[in-house]
Amino acid sequence: MHDGMPVVVTVREIIDETPTIRTIRFDHPFSIRPGQFCMVWAPGVDEIPMGYSSPDTITVQRVGEATAALTSLAVGDRLGIRGPFGNGFSPEGRLLAIAGGVGVAPLYPLAAAGVVETFILGARTAEELTFATPLAALADLRIATDDGTAGYHGFVTGIIDEEIDLSSYDTICVCGPEMMMKGILDRLDAAGIAGRGQFSLHRYMKCGVGVCGSCSIDPDGLRVCKDGPVFTGDQILNSEFGVYSRDASGRKKRP
Amino acid sequence: MITLQKGPVHIGGITLHNHLILAAGVLGTTGASLGRMLRLGAGGVVTKSIGPEPKAGHSGPCLIPLNGGLLNAMGLPNPSRDYLDEITHLRDEPVIISIFGGTPEEFGEVASWFADTAVGFELNLSCPHAEGYGAAIGADPAIVRACTEEVAAYGIPTWVKLTPNVTDIGVIGRAAEEGGASAIVAVNTVRGMRISIDLRRPVLGNRFGGISGPMIFPIALRCVYDLYDACSLPIIGCGGVSSAEDVIEMMMAGASAVQIGSAVYDDIAIFEQIAASLYADDGLAADEIVGCAHA
Ligand SMILES: Cc1cc2nc3c(=O)[nH]c(=O)nc-3n(C[C@H](O)[C@H](O)[C@H](O)COP(=O)(O)O)c2cc1C
Ligand code: FES
Repeated sequence: MHDGMPVVVTVREIIDETPTIRTIRFDHPFSIRPGQFCMVWAPGVDEIPMGYSSPDTITVQRVGEATAALTSLAVGDRLGIRGPFGNGFSPEGRLLAIAGGVGVAPLYPLAAAGVVETFILGARTAEELTFATPLAALADLRIATDDGTAGYHGFVTGIIDEEIDLSSYDTICVCGPEMMMKGILDRLDAAGIAGRGQFSLHRYMKCGVGVCGSCSIDPDGLRVCKDGPVFTGDQILNSEFGVYSRDASGRKKRP
Repeated sequence: MITLQKGPVHIGGITLHNHLILAAGVLGTTGASLGRMLRLGAGGVVTKSIGPEPKAGHSGPCLIPLNGGLLNAMGLPNPSRDYLDEITHLRDEPVIISIFGGTPEEFGEVASWFADTAVGFELNLSCPHAEGYGAAIGADPAIVRACTEEVAAYGIPTWVKLTPNVTDIGVIGRAAEEGGASAIVAVNTVRGMRISIDLRRPVLGNRFGGISGPMIFPIALRCVYDLYDACSLPIIGCGGVSSAEDVIEMMMAGASAVQIGSAVYDDIAIFEQIAASLYADDGLAADEIVGCAHA
């Protein structure tokens, strides 16, 4: 056990990505692998897990109390950061990345590293698309919006069914709403290549370091914070993934 | 080093696979996680402490690793009665239900939900950071006795877990013994805190918390030593155990078995690790060393 006190960083820049999503740049970078996360402490509010969108940024969508605090930060404000934590992605061979909504955040460092061949980016509507401009320069970008305001009209799984040969990729990295990810896992499984999928999971976390058990998933008790957050498709095939998760008290709820 | 004989262990009315038990609140939120720890070599497991109402726990930060320990204030998050579903698939395993409450009646209420299936209870009279719960009542011998009586009445082995944050732990141990406890677990976390210098505020969401891990081992050892003199119940040593040597030392102080929590931070396979150097075919019977340092 070594000192894991939060590192206090100062907000250097705030970037409005969409009406609900902001990128927060710190005054110094962390040494990360793509897909790793940190525990972000909004002083006086809470501490929540957040994927790094680059070594010195997190990209936050306002969904609850803590994310509301993070998205209302101003340049010069201070935050506590514990991390980087978790395993991150293991890119190999031809790589397809699939992101839904703010799930693009932990996948972006993969694209920035130049290892993503095809990037499917989905969002509810055109103005909620995040990182579309830089991604277009980094990979073969395909866009899907639920309402058809940009790119393919429908879900990312629609693009996959119509335009993508999943089995031609060695690694398929995925992050987004759980039901979207489940749809992709089902397709990989049907093609017999669930093991090529790498899914970044989201679960309620209290400690972030593998001790408390609040992020454990059924049926094997894998810890999302320490054994994950990235799991291969075959690790989560017959699991709670896509079926339920647990809240802060440990009670089960729908995803 | 001294080694011990392998084989089932009977302590305080409960039969364990070995002397190494997973401590309460560590990887105990789900039944699947407890099952994993049993597969990874735990001789028995204690659940997350379950209370009369579901609780979300404190806001974060809830746990901070330190040099040689962990500081936590989880705030007793628990699903309350829903926890029954978590452990149905572990019915034949040594799963000990940890209970907390604010009054003897609340302890009894929670115990009643599990009374048909539990192999044993552990009373958390000692959590130092939940207002009105835990250490507040664990420092009062009369309340400790009353809570123990309430749960022991179900006729299921009842272990009582004590706080080190008292002047004389022997007095509390005797109160548990008088209340009908079948074993004593010593200890829960030692109260403490840290402050973020840059932010000029306590780092835990709850401001204060409890310290665990190697930095509290000597404190836990001393508590076990004192309890061995003060009581005649079996003692389960808990606090900072992370090696086979620590287990032997705890036993020499008077522990019949140990619980291990924070050491999973460095290695989730810690139970197998310790067992590999603790047990040998020509090992001693634990009885030969338990309390030997009192001679
Ligand atoms: C994250 C965490 C949560 C804990 N939750 C509980 C709990 O719910 N009930 C309890 O009786 N003790 C709880 N404890 C205390 C441990 O069971 C144990 O008494 C303490 O950590 C000392 O042992 P260790 O040094 O091996 O961790 C918790 C400890 C930690 C680190
Ligand atoms: S958040 Fe505590 S074990 Fe993962």
